[in-house]
Amino acid sequence: MRLGEIEKAMQAGELGRTRQWAIEQQLRVGRFFDAQDFVEVAQVHIMADTESLGASGVEFLEEVARAPEAERRVRVPTITDPRGIDFDAYRRLRQTEWMADLERRAIDAFRALGVLMTDTCINYQIVMPPVLGQHLAFGDTGSTIYANSVQGARTNFEGGPSALAAALTGRTPRYGYHLPERRRATHAFRIEVQPHNWADWGALGGLIGRKLQSYWSVPLIEGFEARPTSDQLKHFGAALASYGTVALFHMPGITPEAPTRAAVVDGAGPSPVRVAADDLAAFYKGFDAPGDKLDVVVFSAPQLSLFELETLAALLDGKRVHPATTMLAITAPEIRASAVRHGLVQRIEASGAIVLGGVCFYQMHAREIGEANGWTRLMSNSAKLVNIIGGYGYKPTLATMERCIESAVAGRVL
Amino acid sequence: MSGDRILRAHPGIGPRVTAAALVASDYFSARYDLDRINGVFSRPAHRLYGQGYVGRVLVLLGAKGGVATAWMLREMAARRMAPAALLLNTSNPIMAQGAAFADLAFMDRFDIDVTAAIPNGARVTVDPAAGTVTIHAG
Repeated sequence: MRLGEIEKAMQAGELGRTRQWAIEQQLRVGRFFDAQDFVEVAQVHIMADTESLGASGVEFLEEVARAPEAERRVRVPTITDPRGIDFDAYRRLRQTEWMADLERRAIDAFRALGVLMTDTCINYQIVMPPVLGQHLAFGDTGSTIYANSVQGARTNFEGGPSALAAALTGRTPRYGYHLPERRRATHAFRIEVQPHNWADWGALGGLIGRKLQSYWSVPLIEGFEARPTSDQLKHFGAALASYGTVALFHMPGITPEAPTRAAVVDGAGPSPVRVAADDLAAFYKGFDAPGDKLDVVVFSAPQLSLFELETLAALLDGKRVHPATTMLAITAPEIRASAVRHGLVQRIEASGAIVLGGVCFYQMHAREIGEANGWTRLMSNSAKLVNIIGGYGYKPTLATMERCIESAVAGRVL
Repeated sequence: MSGDRILRAHPGIGPRVTAAALVASDYFSARYDLDRINGVFSRPAHRLYGQGYVGRVLVLLGAKGGVATAWMLREMAARRMAPAALLLNTSNPIMAQGAAFADLAFMDRFDIDVTAAIPNGARVTVDPAAGTVTIHAG
């Protein structure tokens, strides 16, 4: 890779050992993907929940944090993805003190680096929305696909260590979705069933993702009769990335790089694959479990927006969650505070549900809290969550927010 | 050695290792698919469900899902609960970033379908710097 003066200085250790580690980590990845050089990034978003980090990852962060201040401070604005502990609720959820201790240590280390603990996966909605053509290092598949697709920014999936390296160097290897030629549509889909709610949008993302299964696939999706909202695209993108490891999609007339189909396809382009009503119905059926005792209902993955919380509050007004069922609604710390100000948290929690801030369910040591609370059957309107959580020992069911609530009140899957 | 077969791929990441292969026509994510405490595949729908992966050369179709694997490979290695190597037909950045962080042997972009070329249980030598995988005879 061609290196500039500052990159050579980092490699030589002239800017300290932490930046030397960071540029070496990036060089290994850049060479693997045949990157020719680096590109400066405007923002970094780090995924670093303590279940993923483990003790060794936290110790690594602490070692970085012990470096002299001039050597350890991040070079660009850097924020965090959801964490594993909501300190106001962890005992109630039977998370343990060792989980909380590990979390505190990770937070202290990040703060010593100058990282802002935003603890959110919807940073593109609530912190600093990226802009067209901006290079980033985003470290959550949902934030990456949204920034690339809906906002026209440029980022690869940057896992925790590489996002941290980007924060310390202020740049990232120029490969993948930083390159215009990688951003052309490789597959096409025609939607013949209109999504009516957030679960449908996620299910469509999941359906298309299952057909792709490659990071290098860029789907173009046509056929929507109405212009989607940010929350709808959030669920769609998060599921597409989760089921298909996809990082970029185009919707002609909706997403900024595709004012027309011709703008993102070469020649005639790929032939569209139909996505029909029976495909959507089959997707839901794969998660169905009518009559099963319902242990936990989770609204999360991605974290809820203020409008989603408002809808949830309205649907829960006057209802009571069954005593044998737990309902969790999860959002960003800033949105939770705002929702308290608007009276939404109080209305949601009056039903017996719990509103958590700064976490995401599958990042909360999900296996351990499932075992501690006796949770097996999980219900959610998040297609992403039901895809992930099976590996943690849960039996997931996908349904609309309305059906999740009706089931939570009944204590069984309706 | 006579009878050995050599597969070629893009140069990879990590050290040269030799171990038995664990092969499936399926995808991989450490978060989605593994019980990392007990070292087994825990996702019921995965073709390797219930099988132990520790110390094996894991051979799968491609990467799947989220970003957590980038931290998890090193955490698994620190507890001696990691695979010996990871071979995929097609990677995503997360697997490469995680392998670089963990110093785990990792390769992709083979000239054939690696899950069809390597028999399950075969003893293989992974040489990322050379971009080769040797399937040992017998």
